[in-house]
Amino acid sequence: MSSPAGSSFRTRLGRVRGLGSAKEGTAHWWGQRLSSLALVPLVLWFAISLVALAGAPHAVVVAWIRGTVTTVLLVVLIAAVFYHLALGLQVVVEDYVHTEWRKLAVVIAIKFASGLAALIGIFAVLRIAFGA
Amino acid sequence: MARHDRPLSPHLQVYRLPFNAILSITHRITGVGLGFGALILVAWLAAAAAGPEWFATASSMMGSIVGRIVLFGFVWALFYHLANGIRHLFWDAGFGFELKDARSSGLMVVAVSLVLTAVAFAIGCIRAGAIS
Repeated sequence: MSSPAGSSFRTRLGRVRGLGSAKEGTAHWWGQRLSSLALVPLVLWFAISLVALAGAPHAVVVAWIRGTVTTVLLVVLIAAVFYHLALGLQVVVEDYVHTEWRKLAVVIAIKFASGLAALIGIFAVLRIAFGA
Repeated sequence: MARHDRPLSPHLQVYRLPFNAILSITHRITGVGLGFGALILVAWLAAAAAGPEWFATASSMMGSIVGRIVLFGFVWALFYHLANGIRHLFWDAGFGFELKDARSSGLMVVAVSLVLTAVAFAIGCIRAGAIS
């Protein structure tokens, strides 16, 4: 074994883990790509549905939401949209907000607000689907 | 001071952004804007869940002149972010990095987003007019 301290300041354990100083891998980047991949067909489906529903009365929209496939796809769409949104907004904040505590506060607020908005949307869909 | 002699990143007020840079910042702006669109989607679903009166209020707001202008903006932002997002996924897969290719795919994104917006909005307005 050549002297580890000679070539690098990193410990052997750190080198084996291979995660660098950020202590994480590409989870954020990968999450953004996977959600975008899922959103391509979901958004196209939703856009076509909305065009077909333009001006439709309450009963028609509710009947559409109650369809089993529609209910499931809407729940997936809402979850993917707000997950993708939270990841995207986080990058914007990290790029432009340079005070550490402000950055942290805004990112936490974004995550809480995204989670809350997604839950409200999913609850509304399920409430219609199960006919409250 | 010596530390100011380093090259600086483009001074945005005096630097004329290249075509692809304009598309890039537009992708980010439409992404943030679509966050508000996602909140409107949740409000629309919540109104549908709350009953016909709430839904009628939401529908009349979206059907008004201001509502239609705002919707038009969201529809374009959605199609732009979708098309440019697909362009990004191709880049992530390793395709289309030549300047010539990046320019033509950028032009394609702008054209596709405008055409899809016009088509979706025209069909939506015709259907909304036919129903109401």
